Amino acid sequence: MGLVLFYIAGAVTLFGAIGVVTTRNVVYGALFLLVSLAGVAGAFVLLYAEFLALVQVLIYGGGITVVILFALMLTRTAEYEGPGENRRWPLAAAVSIALFSLLAFAFVSDAGRYNSATRSAIDVEELGRVLFEQWALPFEIVSIVLIVALIGAVVIGRAGPEEDEPEPGPGGAAR
Amino acid sequence: MRRRAGQAVVLGIVVAGLLGILGALVVTAQALGTPEVVTLEVFLLLAALLVVLFTLLTVVVLTLVWLERKQLGRMQSRVGPTRVGPFGLLQPVADALKLVFKEDVAPGTSSKLLFFAAPILVFVPGFVVWLTIPFARDVVVRDLDMGLFFFIAMSVVGIVGLLLAGWSSGSKYAVLGGIRAAAQLISYEIPIIMIVLTVAMMADSMSFVAVVEAQRTVPYIAVQPLGFIVFFLAGLAEVGRTPFDIYPAESEVVGGPFVEYSGAHWAIFFLAEYVNTFAIGAVGALLFLGGWSWPFGDLPTAAAVALFLGKSYLIVTAIFWVRATYPRLRIDQLMSLGWKLLIPLSFAVVVTTAVQLFYDWPLWTLPVMSLALLAVPVVMQLRMGRRRALADARRFAERAVVVEAQPRPQRAQESGA
Repeated sequence: MGLVLFYIAGAVTLFGAIGVVTTRNVVYGALFLLVSLAGVAGAFVLLYAEFLALVQVLIYGGGITVVILFALMLTRTAEYEGPGENRRWPLAAAVSIALFSLLAFAFVSDAGRYNSATRSAIDVEELGRVLFEQWALPFEIVSIVLIVALIGAVVIGRAGPEEDEPEPGPGGAAR
Repeated sequence: MRRRAGQAVVLGIVVAGLLGILGALVVTAQALGTPEVVTLEVFLLLAALLVVLFTLLTVVVLTLVWLERKQLGRMQSRVGPTRVGPFGLLQPVADALKLVFKEDVAPGTSSKLLFFAAPILVFVPGFVVWLTIPFARDVVVRDLDMGLFFFIAMSVVGIVGLLLAGWSSGSKYAVLGGIRAAAQLISYEIPIIMIVLTVAMMADSMSFVAVVEAQRTVPYIAVQPLGFIVFFLAGLAEVGRTPFDIYPAESEVVGGPFVEYSGAHWAIFFLAEYVNTFAIGAVGALLFLGGWSWPFGDLPTAAAVALFLGKSYLIVTAIFWVRATYPRLRIDQLMSLGWKLLIPLSFAVVVTTAVQLFYDWPLWTLPVMSLALLAVPVVMQLRMGRRRALADARRFAERAVVVEAQPRPQRAQESGA
């Protein structure tokens, strides 16, 4: 039954991924992305990585998809009608194929070490311990990267100083 | 006739989709709970439990609707519903029946599939949260090790549904409402996550049952009063209840994402809203009021469930009370309350709790620090509020003079001409 479920999760992921690149509507594209990410979350569940599955749903399913949809709804989606407007798609295809073959090679050659049938659920406590003791430095570096992105977003999002002057009082607040 | 058939097909797709989602959820819940092989019996048992849960929640929603109307009525010197059934108890049933038999219309500009899928995408995550909420120690569909995290993850998924409902309606107000919903819910998710994290730190577990067990002697509301206040406010915003009903605001976006919905699909949104409201009440009761436990020893299961439901209804009553008392915030007030007050306060709560736990300070230091933190915004608000009010009054006075000095002769000319 586990294997069947795994194939279902894989099919959902693939279906979503194909939908993302073939649909003509960007909003549908974002939704297909959500489907694909949900499939990945399902695969995580089947590999007993429950924490990762929930993180996947929370960060990608909730956060990232919402932000993408949010951005799409604030822009003019009518300008991006066709999927094939990017002339450099061969480059993208080459990079994707190279990455895919690299990952596939790595997973296949290393498959013996990761036998999901013998593994039991990973304890969150254990995960936290490993993350903050063994991998503390990389973790902190990732936090710095996120902070940089945050500050960058604030800097870009701020209007220029001449527009930015807040108008105090009720007139300013009603604006 | 053809339209009827079309409706039936759509309804069939919706029901099938719902069943499929529920099935997937059963499997997920099973896999999340225990790393064992999923057998057909386990699957069927869980499905039966889900049906029971669904029925229970529907009854809860019906009582909540009645309670809200009655309570609002009493608070506004009215009597509320009285006609249908004793004390108007059957009014929500009548309303639900009316909604089900109403024609379900989709606007011509909408994208039909998403339009009908969006209510389900909103309802299902709200419902799934209940898989892991315990009514008493053993009265729970599945006590997940990561119940608190599951609650957070699922409450984020509903946002996509609201955004989609807004977009797929193909109407301006709906899109605006959907965008408002996304902005509001994402903002207020952060304080909720922080407070839930604090509770998990104090209980040393992310399972709801363990959190309640940790509150046997002292409920966390006595330890973290500020945490409870932040959770309550953010929870209100999270379910879009009245001071924070920015996205369905009737007077601004005429119902937001729900403008175009009618009949059964609107009813699903309605159901989701009340299920989520009750979930906030229940989670608040579990995290801060000690759930089904009380300080005087163990209770029999029935009494424990009753105690838990009583505490949940208490919080829900407070939510309705707030609705009867406060007007709606403006969207900029909503955002500044979230980002400038609740988020910093929730971070402060996490940091103080972490310090207390790390240095093993005695437990009474936590409420002291919590109340001290609470005093900071109160004092700031009092001081700034007075200053701002004075500045506003001065500006008004200046403007009033200007208005009176100039336009009078012009007006006289216009009326003369």
